[in-house]
Amino acid sequence: MLGSIDTSMIDWSRAQFALTAMYHWLFVPLTLGLAVIMGLMETLYVISGNEFWKRTVKFWMKLFGINFAVGVATGLILEFQFGTNWSNYSWFVGDIFGAPLAIEGILAFFMEATFVAVMFFGWNKVSKKFHLAATWLTGLGATISAWWILVANSWMQYPVGMEFNPDTVRNEMVDFMSVAFSPVAVMKFFHTVLSSWMLGAAFVIGVSAWYLIRKREKEFAVGSMKVAAWVGLFATLVTAGSGDKAAYQVAQVQPMKLAAMEALYDGGTGEPLTVVGDIKIPSMLSFLATRDVDGYVPGINNLLLGGYTLEDGSTALPVIEKMERGKKAVNALADFRQAKQEGDEAGMQASEEVIKANMPYFGYGYIQDPNTLVPNVWLLFWSFRVMVGLGMYFLAFFVVVLLVAWKHKLSKLTWLHWIALWSIPLAYIASQAGWIVAEVGRQPWAIQDLLPLNAAVSRLETGAVQTTFFIFLIMFTVLLIAEIGIMIKAIKKGPETTD
Amino acid sequence: MDSTYIFLQNYWWFLVSLLGAILVFLLFVQGGNSLLFRLGRTDEERTLLVNSTGRKWEFTFTTLVTFGGAFFASFPLFYSTSFGGAYWLWMIILFSFVLQAVSYEFQSKLGNLLGKRTYQYFLVVNGVVGPVLLGAAVATFFNGSNFIVDKVNMTDRMMPVISSWANGWHGLDAFGDPWNLILGLAVFFLARLLGNLYFINNIRDNELIPRCRRQLISDAVPFLVFFLAFVIRTLLKDGFAVVAETGEIVMEPYKYFHNLTAMPVLLIVFLVGVVGVLYGLGMSIFKTSYTKGIWFSGIGTVLTVLALLLSVGYNDTAYYPSVADIQSSLTLANSCSSKFTLKTMAYVSILVPFVLAYIVYAWRAIDNKPITSKELKEDEHAY
Repeated sequence: MLGSIDTSMIDWSRAQFALTAMYHWLFVPLTLGLAVIMGLMETLYVISGNEFWKRTVKFWMKLFGINFAVGVATGLILEFQFGTNWSNYSWFVGDIFGAPLAIEGILAFFMEATFVAVMFFGWNKVSKKFHLAATWLTGLGATISAWWILVANSWMQYPVGMEFNPDTVRNEMVDFMSVAFSPVAVMKFFHTVLSSWMLGAAFVIGVSAWYLIRKREKEFAVGSMKVAAWVGLFATLVTAGSGDKAAYQVAQVQPMKLAAMEALYDGGTGEPLTVVGDIKIPSMLSFLATRDVDGYVPGINNLLLGGYTLEDGSTALPVIEKMERGKKAVNALADFRQAKQEGDEAGMQASEEVIKANMPYFGYGYIQDPNTLVPNVWLLFWSFRVMVGLGMYFLAFFVVVLLVAWKHKLSKLTWLHWIALWSIPLAYIASQAGWIVAEVGRQPWAIQDLLPLNAAVSRLETGAVQTTFFIFLIMFTVLLIAEIGIMIKAIKKGPETTD
Repeated sequence: MDSTYIFLQNYWWFLVSLLGAILVFLLFVQGGNSLLFRLGRTDEERTLLVNSTGRKWEFTFTTLVTFGGAFFASFPLFYSTSFGGAYWLWMIILFSFVLQAVSYEFQSKLGNLLGKRTYQYFLVVNGVVGPVLLGAAVATFFNGSNFIVDKVNMTDRMMPVISSWANGWHGLDAFGDPWNLILGLAVFFLARLLGNLYFINNIRDNELIPRCRRQLISDAVPFLVFFLAFVIRTLLKDGFAVVAETGEIVMEPYKYFHNLTAMPVLLIVFLVGVVGVLYGLGMSIFKTSYTKGIWFSGIGTVLTVLALLLSVGYNDTAYYPSVADIQSSLTLANSCSSKFTLKTMAYVSILVPFVLAYIVYAWRAIDNKPITSKELKEDEHAY
């Protein structure tokens, strides 16, 4: 043994990836949400021929453009960071993980890049219908992109459709359809994309409300708010439904994440759902996690110690046992390689059998301390509540906006305008909190049960990663401030007065 | 290894090489940006230049991302070894592309925090750094890098790292070999030539375009010197060959010259490509009304780079050689994805012609007439 991976280097690599992902996610949901709202507005323009909608969509397109560029830039960094900072990961599962990224590039990015240029520059160069198609195709490209990157992310949470090959020392894909259409990926897609529509809707309503506060652009603001509120309400309902199913899946495939989300240390049957503090809904957690009010939900300690009965009737292994079996798999891999070098066919076969028998616990072989398997409970508990609480708030918010619109009072209620304006940051907070739940909840795994971070990371000096972390931090922060500054100026200027 | 698997490895190397070749052509965006202050003497002229490349930058960016994704999916050990090892080389490339991506949209907008000039300088920085470093990175395919690959390390529970860089420079050591810098400079001057040719085709301006034509001469000379020096030296040097029976890597004299003679189609593609580049260049320099140079030189660039990249991967050649441990060198066979993944991805690649078709259609729709200052003044979305 030559040494061990520097844990501070792992932490800096995690921090860098988290930083990039969180910045990226400041821009992507607005792209996804505005795209659908712009598409609807331009459709209204093409159908009705009313120049009002053309002027309206052009304004939102301007804000879309400002936001789009930073999303693209931060996305580039994310893709390449799998290689630069998680190089072991890139080989160990690249055979599966690389495919969605390549498909995303071929199918989605080119669609986005091609039609976004037509959308921005083609107003006077292509026909109305071609332009409308370009606007929808830009949004479709962004949405297809979301599909494939979420397929990749879901596979990290719920690895399926692969087999370990000791000869190449990596996992290899054996079933593309189960990777591309895993139930976790499908739910994650609907939950993530539709929640982005919510954010886009909240943004449009909030900005429009600012005009009403300033007593400017009344017709433009009310028209925009109505379209956005319908999109927002529909998106909130789908987000809530897919969120419930996603949480049920978490209970099945990532029970530690669920236990941490609920700060549930000692589980049991008929578990209540903690709202906050001592406010609990009886048996609700059991129902949500197992679809049975008396269902058993394991807590953090139960998951570490094992011994409870699983759904298939078997007994859950303690983590110590999983770590032992993981070590067996890793050692058997070493034996396999040795036997191969010596041309010992029987030895190779025997080792392969040991690997196969213990493969579900392979990643536990790299775990040194069982306690590291518990993610940050405080952060998860509160992030989850912030996300769900704000989701419920937005359901009420969109309903109220639509009711007020129905009563033709949208331009008159100043209190609602202020609430709408301040709801913009709340939408971003909810969106970020959702990703914190998803990603912090799977720590310390890069791939659930298969590869912990310490076996996924690149071999770099801590100083190198620290340096790039701070470069990214400064660069992204400056760009964010610049983007906000440009947005504010563009909003203050308002829609063009003449076509 | 069965023949279908070998075919798929070669097919994917072809696709990755094609993407790489198209990327080099699309670096005309960077080359054009590197000339922003040299060609654009007034604010109006610089606005024309920025808006001209500004309608194409996304293609370059997207091709770069797709090139990365395709490499990851088809040859993951390269992705793991090169990106994780040559950390600084790739990070500097990425930083420069991030700055470029926002600069178009931000540079002329009110409230952009850093001022118009700063964002235009970012475009210039990316215009210089991007081509030079990407060219240097490609040169390491011929000259080697300092890395060690050992898959057995995965069984070391404390330090399970398969690929590691053999020194602390993490990719900056590529510049220790002047031949890497020479190809970097060749790519840089080629990008400037292509940028100029693109401006000549895409902009109508009576003062700017003659300046672009004059600039062609200034960039053609260093391009030819650096490019020919690199090619001649590469054809004469020893190369990294794979012994087909054992997979062992050995040094072979005149390996890359042998590759071209063993694969005459590649030699023809290479020569046709070079002629295409020179034809587009010559016509644009000597015929003042000629505007189609970008197409000849652009297609010529794609063919030339494609031939070079194919010659470094085909015919039992290690395409990413290691000078630290020659047996760690990456070959198509030892670094590729599984047969199942390559086959699945091959089905996806059937959609590529469809993607190309809509890109061409949309490109023509937007570029049906050259841009002018007058048009930009009327365009709300102009950069």
